[in-house]
Amino acid sequence: MVSDSISVPSLYVIKGIIILDNDGNRLLAKYYNQSYTTIKEQKEFEKSLFNKTHKGSGDVILLDNWTIVYRNNVDLLFYVVGSTDENELMLNSVLTCLFDSLSTMLRKNVEKRYLYENLDLVMLTLDEICDDGIVLESDPMLIAQRVQLRQDDIPLGEQTVTQVLNHAKEQIKWSLLK
Amino acid sequence: MSTVANDVIIVTSSLTRDMTGKEDSHRGPAIRALCKITDASMMQSVERYMKQAIVDKLPSVASAALVSSVHLMRQGPEVVKRWVNEVQEAVNNDNIMVQYHALGLLYQIRRSDKHAIRKLIVKFSKAGLRSPYAYCFLIRIAASLINEEGEGTDSPMYDFIDSCLRHKNEMVIYEAASTIVSLKCVTPKELSSAVNVLQLFISSPKPVLRYAAVRTLNKVAIQYPAAVTACNVDLETLITDSNRSIATLAITTLLKTGNEAGVDRLMKQISSFLSEISDQFKTVVVDAIKSLCQKFPRKHTVLMTFLANMLREEGGYEYKKAIVNTIISIVEENPEAKEAGLAHLCEFIEDCEHTSLATRILHLLGREGPRTTTPAKYIRYIYNRVILENAPVRAGNKFRLRQFFMYEYLFKAAVSALAKFGAASEDLLPNILVLLQRTTLDQDDEVRDRATFYYQLLKQNDKALNSAYILNSMNVSLSALERLLHRYTMEPTTKPFDVRSVPVEAVQVEQPKANISISTGVSPGGSETKKAREDTYSEQLSAMPEFAHLGPLFKSSLSVDLTESEVEYVVRCIKHVFSHYIVFQFDINNTLNDQLLEKVTVQMDGSAEGFEVVHYTPCQVIKCNDTGTTYTLVKLPDDSSAVTGALACTMKYTVKDCDPATGEPDDEEGYADEFVLEDVEVAVSDHVQKVLKPNWSASWEEIGAENELEDTYTLPIPTLEECVKKIINYMGMQACERSDKIPDGKASHALYLAGVYRGGHDVLVRAKMALGGTSADPSSQAITMQLTIRSTDESAVQVIASAVE
Repeated sequence: MVSDSISVPSLYVIKGIIILDNDGNRLLAKYYNQSYTTIKEQKEFEKSLFNKTHKGSGDVILLDNWTIVYRNNVDLLFYVVGSTDENELMLNSVLTCLFDSLSTMLRKNVEKRYLYENLDLVMLTLDEICDDGIVLESDPMLIAQRVQLRQDDIPLGEQTVTQVLNHAKEQIKWSLLK
Repeated sequence: MSTVANDVIIVTSSLTRDMTGKEDSHRGPAIRALCKITDASMMQSVERYMKQAIVDKLPSVASAALVSSVHLMRQGPEVVKRWVNEVQEAVNNDNIMVQYHALGLLYQIRRSDKHAIRKLIVKFSKAGLRSPYAYCFLIRIAASLINEEGEGTDSPMYDFIDSCLRHKNEMVIYEAASTIVSLKCVTPKELSSAVNVLQLFISSPKPVLRYAAVRTLNKVAIQYPAAVTACNVDLETLITDSNRSIATLAITTLLKTGNEAGVDRLMKQISSFLSEISDQFKTVVVDAIKSLCQKFPRKHTVLMTFLANMLREEGGYEYKKAIVNTIISIVEENPEAKEAGLAHLCEFIEDCEHTSLATRILHLLGREGPRTTTPAKYIRYIYNRVILENAPVRAGNKFRLRQFFMYEYLFKAAVSALAKFGAASEDLLPNILVLLQRTTLDQDDEVRDRATFYYQLLKQNDKALNSAYILNSMNVSLSALERLLHRYTMEPTTKPFDVRSVPVEAVQVEQPKANISISTGVSPGGSETKKAREDTYSEQLSAMPEFAHLGPLFKSSLSVDLTESEVEYVVRCIKHVFSHYIVFQFDINNTLNDQLLEKVTVQMDGSAEGFEVVHYTPCQVIKCNDTGTTYTLVKLPDDSSAVTGALACTMKYTVKDCDPATGEPDDEEGYADEFVLEDVEVAVSDHVQKVLKPNWSASWEEIGAENELEDTYTLPIPTLEECVKKIINYMGMQACERSDKIPDGKASHALYLAGVYRGGHDVLVRAKMALGGTSADPSSQAITMQLTIRSTDESAVQVIASAVE
């Protein structure tokens, strides 16, 4: 009736994740669709997106036939893009997960400066949340864990006690198994 | 394999090591990375690892493997399908994401197997899933199954979706509600449960939830405004929402469901924040206003002022176009709103950057302006365009040059519009002549040409000339005109070119627009097809030597079935009408798989009515389950006033039995057989092509009373609407001046029709109808009709008149 066809069910839910600063400049953007292939098109889209969203409090907007949920924090804007017939709540859960995992990782300092300092981790986070448009994980704690586990080579002195203990436990376990 | 790397083997082997290594946190990402760079040829070698990884007890590894498999489905679906047992095991995993991914992959693998999918849904609707994502996915699978199979709301699939409305997760509830709303089979009764859920969401503190709910309600309101009325009170609270998207959606929904009294208040509310919303939403508002104008014609002043305000604001081309289209349609539908609407449009073109919109408005002014009470008012606006738009061009720098070419269209439109005023109104004629004379000194060639042409024409002050060249333009099909002119220049002849031989362009029937929801991104492109169809027929026929001497094709009818659809041979007929002949095209579909038809012709007999069969073009062979075409050429009766009748048709052919497997005939000799078809009717409407005359009365005067026929009939038809419909149908002519729409409650009506008769003669019909008889007894209700027919050809008048009897 209302819409003529329900599109074929697919796991490809997310069409893009974008992080902009409060001047509309791109910090990080990943597009999982074919609509914006050139950098120029992407920048134009981000510009119009920024113009429509930087004033209001964060929630949801319809632009260029995309449903976009967004959220701003201090000097950053986070966007998750989906198609118009997508479940807005599902997109929002991805956005929340992105924000919460970054917040855990940056110890609540979700600001432009800290984001730049940990850009490698932020990129990993994006990859852990979404794999080519498929939602990979929705639990911010798990994501933060997975991303931060890679920092094995922090000097011993800077590790927390639990980290050291965990490390030792692993070592012993593996040596016993051998 | 990856296009950038040389030493691929090193990368793959280290990734494979990571995949199976001890470090758990590396395994998932390694699988994903490896699958990204794997192509179809490499898939065999990773197969073993993938099978293991899918059922791995670590959720991150299993998820990574499943998601990568979904990506791999694009390259080698066959290989991935072999992992189905592992995937099935993964669906039962405790982790919510693994379950979701496994379900998605399983669906991809099993998609073509409807039965398996059905079993899948039934199984999980009983057992339950842990993951809300998986639930949403399952709802979508169920919905697409219902829609594809055309099932009703009694199916177990629907029961499952309905049960999800009572799930504890909001995401699942919303998915179920929005899915129910978009199902084809749903009725208002089922809608109400979904609407109730959405109503609860409206008062949620989360903006996203409110947005989702109100957007879905907005969609429902397009089709079932009554179902949403229950939410009106809650929607009212949203019109001041801080999120303007939500507020806009709430207001447009209310506009669809509300009553006339609320319109003013809502419009006031929305205009307060109009500048803050995106163009896409503004277009939604414009569409809502358009439907409002049709619903409450009396509110046009409020709505029109609102539209005019919107027109003045900043906005993109698409947005402005939507507004202009809306105003134009209001002007055309509602005579009371006409003057106000035209005034707004005039103001708009004074400062309009979109040339194509200005051109459209100028055309509209040319058509409607002369019929208003004060036509002189509009001339100023039009002439302004001619002189003012010129000024920047004269400034003459390079940048302006580009604009110059765009303005050219404007001038042409403006000059033509001026001429229309001159032709339509005696009083204004001297003024227009002065203006046109000034324009003859314009820089641009074509503007000058037009101005001179119209100036000379208007100076003659001849009604017939005005009508033919200014008020009603040529209705020929442009592509055919081009083709014929080209042919004319090719052959040496002293004969003048006859415009009448050019086929008339068929009036395009406006297609009912698809429902405008916010999500529609596709525009229907069907209007081109009909014209292209006639062109291809015309080319096909003229390529055959038998039909080359017939001249240009006048009209091709739509195809008519001559058989039931469930018989051995399905035959459809298309009538191609020429000036003195008709070619019947028979498309025959041989549905038998063990018979071959040869030398197929369709014998026709119309001698009783004076039709004479001249030639048969047989179809040499029609294979099994194939379609072939045969033509029969028939000469029209010599008596030019009796050209209608029914022709009996019999299909004659030679049958050869053949092997169903190979399609080769079993024996050389076949046997002759025949098959009786239904009769083909040749009706009056076959000889007439619809033509839209923008200024019907001018054409009426132009043709004059030379070949006029007037008669009065009493028709046993109960309503005026039905009568109008029947007359248009029988005569095959186009209703002009919107006379096919009858205002409510009228007891009499005048219908104006225009068409072109075979051979290129204009035909106009005026039918004045009045309801007669006693209204107490509806069965005795009859319509008295006075019919007047004028044409440039005498026999055409006779034929058209015969259509009524």
